[in-house]
Amino acid sequence: MSKRILVIVSILVLASLVLAACQPAATEAPAVEEPAAEEPAAEEPAAEEPAAEEPAGTLKIAILAPLSGSVPTFGVSTRDGALLAIKEWNEKGGVLGMQIETVVEDSQCEADPSVNAANKVIDQDGVKFIIGEVCSKASIPISEIAQEKGIVQISPTSTNETVTLKADGSTKEYVFRACFIDPFQGKVGAKFALDNLGAKNAFILFDQGNDYVRGLAEAFEATFTDNGGTVVGKETYTVQDTDFSAILAKVSEANPDVVYLPDYYNIINLVTAQAKEKGITAPFMGGDGWDSADLDRAASDGGYYTNHYSDQDTRQIVQDWVSNYEAEYGAVPDALATLAYDAANLLIAAIEEAGEADPAKVKDSLAAISWEGVSGTITYDEFHNPIKAAVILQVKDGEIVYVATVAP
Amino acid sequence: MEITSPSFGQRIIQGRWIGKIALVLVSLLTIWWVGNKAAQSPSLFYQQIVNGLQLGFVYALIALGYTMVYGIVKLINFAHGDVFMVGAFVSYYAVSKFSLHVWPSTIFPNISPIISVVLGTITVAILSMVICALLAIVIERIAYKPLRNAPRISALITAIGVSFFLEYFGALDFVFTPNFITYKRPFQISIWYLKDGFHKLESGTAAPDGSIIFSNILIIIILASLLLVLGLNFIVMRTKIGKAMRASSYDKPTARLMGINVDGVISITFAIGAALAGAAGILYATAYPQVFFWMGITPGLKAFIAAVLGGIGSIPGAFVGALIMGQAEVLSAGYISTPMRDAIAFAILILVLLVKPTGLYGEPEREKA
Amino acid sequence: MLKNKTTLGFLSVAIFVILLVHVLVDQGILNSFWYTILRIGAVMTIVSLGLNLIYGINGQFSLGQWGFYAIGAYAAADVTYRWSQLHSASGLVILLLVLLFVGGFYLIIGRVLSKIRGLDSLSAFAIYLAGTILAAILAIALGKILIDPVTAMLTYLPANIAMQLVFLLAILLAGILAAEVSYLLGLPVLTLGSDYFGIATLGFTIIVKVLLDNSDTLLGFAEMKGARGMVGIPKLSSWLWVASFVLIIVVLTRNLLQSSHGRAIISVREDEIAAKAMGIDIASQKTITFVIGSLFAGLAGGLYAHVNGFLHPNTFNFIKSFDPMIIIVFGGLGSITGTVVASFTWALVLEGFLRLFLPEGFETWRFVVYPLLLLIMMLLRPQGLFGTYEFPFLQQILPPALKLKANNMHTTEAETASSNSNESTSSTGGAS
Repeated sequence: MSKRILVIVSILVLASLVLAACQPAATEAPAVEEPAAEEPAAEEPAAEEPAAEEPAGTLKIAILAPLSGSVPTFGVSTRDGALLAIKEWNEKGGVLGMQIETVVEDSQCEADPSVNAANKVIDQDGVKFIIGEVCSKASIPISEIAQEKGIVQISPTSTNETVTLKADGSTKEYVFRACFIDPFQGKVGAKFALDNLGAKNAFILFDQGNDYVRGLAEAFEATFTDNGGTVVGKETYTVQDTDFSAILAKVSEANPDVVYLPDYYNIINLVTAQAKEKGITAPFMGGDGWDSADLDRAASDGGYYTNHYSDQDTRQIVQDWVSNYEAEYGAVPDALATLAYDAANLLIAAIEEAGEADPAKVKDSLAAISWEGVSGTITYDEFHNPIKAAVILQVKDGEIVYVATVAP
Repeated sequence: MEITSPSFGQRIIQGRWIGKIALVLVSLLTIWWVGNKAAQSPSLFYQQIVNGLQLGFVYALIALGYTMVYGIVKLINFAHGDVFMVGAFVSYYAVSKFSLHVWPSTIFPNISPIISVVLGTITVAILSMVICALLAIVIERIAYKPLRNAPRISALITAIGVSFFLEYFGALDFVFTPNFITYKRPFQISIWYLKDGFHKLESGTAAPDGSIIFSNILIIIILASLLLVLGLNFIVMRTKIGKAMRASSYDKPTARLMGINVDGVISITFAIGAALAGAAGILYATAYPQVFFWMGITPGLKAFIAAVLGGIGSIPGAFVGALIMGQAEVLSAGYISTPMRDAIAFAILILVLLVKPTGLYGEPEREKA
Repeated sequence: MLKNKTTLGFLSVAIFVILLVHVLVDQGILNSFWYTILRIGAVMTIVSLGLNLIYGINGQFSLGQWGFYAIGAYAAADVTYRWSQLHSASGLVILLLVLLFVGGFYLIIGRVLSKIRGLDSLSAFAIYLAGTILAAILAIALGKILIDPVTAMLTYLPANIAMQLVFLLAILLAGILAAEVSYLLGLPVLTLGSDYFGIATLGFTIIVKVLLDNSDTLLGFAEMKGARGMVGIPKLSSWLWVASFVLIIVVLTRNLLQSSHGRAIISVREDEIAAKAMGIDIASQKTITFVIGSLFAGLAGGLYAHVNGFLHPNTFNFIKSFDPMIIIVFGGLGSITGTVVASFTWALVLEGFLRLFLPEGFETWRFVVYPLLLLIMMLLRPQGLFGTYEFPFLQQILPPALKLKANNMHTTEAETASSNSNESTSSTGGAS
């Protein structure tokens, strides 16, 4: 009897081996070479059913954001920013005569849920355009699906280079982002610290588990040391940490001219508050993660950060954005909302420019776009990273003050 | 069996020497490593110890809740960390939205500011302790009590469920919101440094080199924790309900026969543990001024480890375990490796368990639970 | 006769279901949304079956399953990554040799140490640990020489077959790696009492996660990219692969449980002292179960890595380590049927139905509803969905609660059946 089982099992294994050996050849081939428009057609039967029900004049855009999980506040900002942009387009009469319908899905800033969320909006809802995710670790798997199925994805805030790059280093044609990639902000920050603050010694604090923070910190370190500065210390923490006393004691001991802390505002609030209690007087510096209405301006007083725009900017689009957002949600937009707004606008503008809601065409028009957003005039380089200027802001006496603009 | 003195090899084995020597080598190496680095700057070392104390005392309050509940119902109450979170939020709302902490000076304008602050803060603390206690009783009634006779694991799963629920429900817009909220302290912080005597540090200035910095928060945390622990000890050791708790912990059926309302005792245990967590919530949020729905997980886990380290079920064990955890965390972040600090905390736990299988103060297991 | 029928019936139904899903996916009736969820469900089945063995059947409250899952995922991913992206068999060769050397070393040391009475676990652990490091260094040195010839040999094969072969080997090696690590960890940790064992294994899971966060700096695997997430893993885990593994593991578990080993394992859960009195070596039974359970976790990890082709340490954090525990309790502790059904249900409900059926604007409520479902489920059926029910084929010949009435009639038949069916897994089938 056991022999029988063995035989059956081994036949099964063999069969699955053979079948599995053939299968990737079937599914992988179109993803690699064939025009990707073919691929969704093959997947279509499932998507058709819901797609058939929708009224003719609508265009579906999905927003994938971490609405639950560890950072839902980022997800909510992102969703709100993107929704506002879409609402504005709809008020103007939509795009290409179609009203835009949004599909919001929770991707939790995690790999698995984001894959499921992306598959759901693509296969169940028949969406061809995705705005999202916030975190690189969720955007990367989504980008692979988007690339494979020929769906245009634009991530507002994922800074990791691999989001828009394939494993072999070439660009994913269908994947874009609206934010800086890590090195640029780090470079700008380091230059500013050296030249304008006259800092010689810097201390770097970063979250070892956050690619965004790590990328900025590494770029800062490289530029800072290349241009004659010294990094007197580097310490890491994790996002769950709330007690920074141990590493701040080290900062205090090293007595640097500037402390680089390129994390999100939640960590900034905790660290700067504790730093004040530890008698650290060196200014803190960071990146666009600082930009939030929830930044504790008392604790982070005297700090500098690089950002996409300044709300003191007199450009009409900036003023409109801030006032419209406040009117809609009763809050000041943070960097995540701003970038989501820009991402949504970029995508829709590209659809309009393409003249047709066909991902294959939209991706080309998006790659060639030159569009003025809140965060400046955006064009794309060959790796689908936006080329745009950065501004430097200072937290001063409870206000955010514009300091300088740095062109790429 | 020969009746000869055991050979050298046998002695090594019977004395468990190989393991012991390996363990001692590892510990010596660690101590040497830390000591070497600490010696380079003694003031930094003392500063780290002070930092660790602050952390340790907050952990202690949370750990007590774990240990008390475990002692009686043998349940790892995973929702405890989230009750702690609720406590922090209650105090946040009380202070920021309702300005409860200034009631004494509003009602009695002539009262001295210090008394006003102390009274106000204590009111806030009591409020969040009471709310946490009520919440814990509700949780116990809904999620644990019906499972008292089910396998222990079922209650553990519901505990995880309750924990998830509090976190994700708390993250909804109309509950606690998903935002990271800056906590407004009910009292002013003042900073001191120790170098040739105590000096007050003016804000915005740096302390001189080689000084040890601490704030009034540290003192408040230590005092409040000690007070609460002594109070708890009094309740458990000197009162009737404490006696009932100990009896229920030892043998529930017999306790019931003796006329003890075991269900009531269990509810009260949950309530007291949660009240301590609520107090810890305020202290924690005061020390690390930020509240958000996820904040209970990490301190909860650390405190839980502390409770296990000290021997879960034992009150002094939880306290000592928490102090060790605080120091271990700060010292490993300070001297060994920051990325690895959680790993090191757990490695210490595992090593301690290998030497003392039921923790530092734990009783040897009587039977398989 | 009856046994044969149930066996055939079970296998044919299982294979039919697997092929049916395959065809449905192939025809595009099940789109990639469901396809991914089903594969994740299958992967969770394997992890949970491992945990079911450790906790449900052997009674060891382990929270370390997720750590072994992580180890398996990263190990297998590294092997296939090196093959597909770097065109080098280095991962395969080195991992294989390390596992062979360390495994061989464990066998030898185990022989030697078994002759020494009364050796305490900590000392044994120290000896094993030292030996592991030695063996690994030796294996790596030898492996470096063999990388090029093996790479050359594999390139002779057609690219597709070579890839599938590397993939299969990677998964098997991932499982064995998890098993060897669990053996080493289990030596000291299995001596702890139940809750302390759980906490120590939880600690293990967290340590693994922290190490993975720093895999590029502390561990020195640049391609794992630490907290940036590992990309470039070929997506090879098709439904057929994953489902075949599930089927094989279900059959293996069932055979193990019907062997004398299986009964020894159960007896440890039921009553350690009585089992000891019956002459059962409790320590070794616990170790064997722990190792096998972890082996399953490692296999599952290897399969998981190739589902999405992306790995991030956050997937392996301790909060998720409760998922398999939830699943096995949900399915009914100790029930294979329950575990399989619960795993798929869990994946389908949490990622599938809740996404589809929650109304618009309630996306954030998914994880509010999930714990509520969990609570209601636990309160209504604390013994789990299936309790101790099993499909006929999977039924243990001596169920945990002895059926005294049927005992007389069935023992003879059962014993002959078990001694026949277990030639592959154990030597004798005699009842204890």
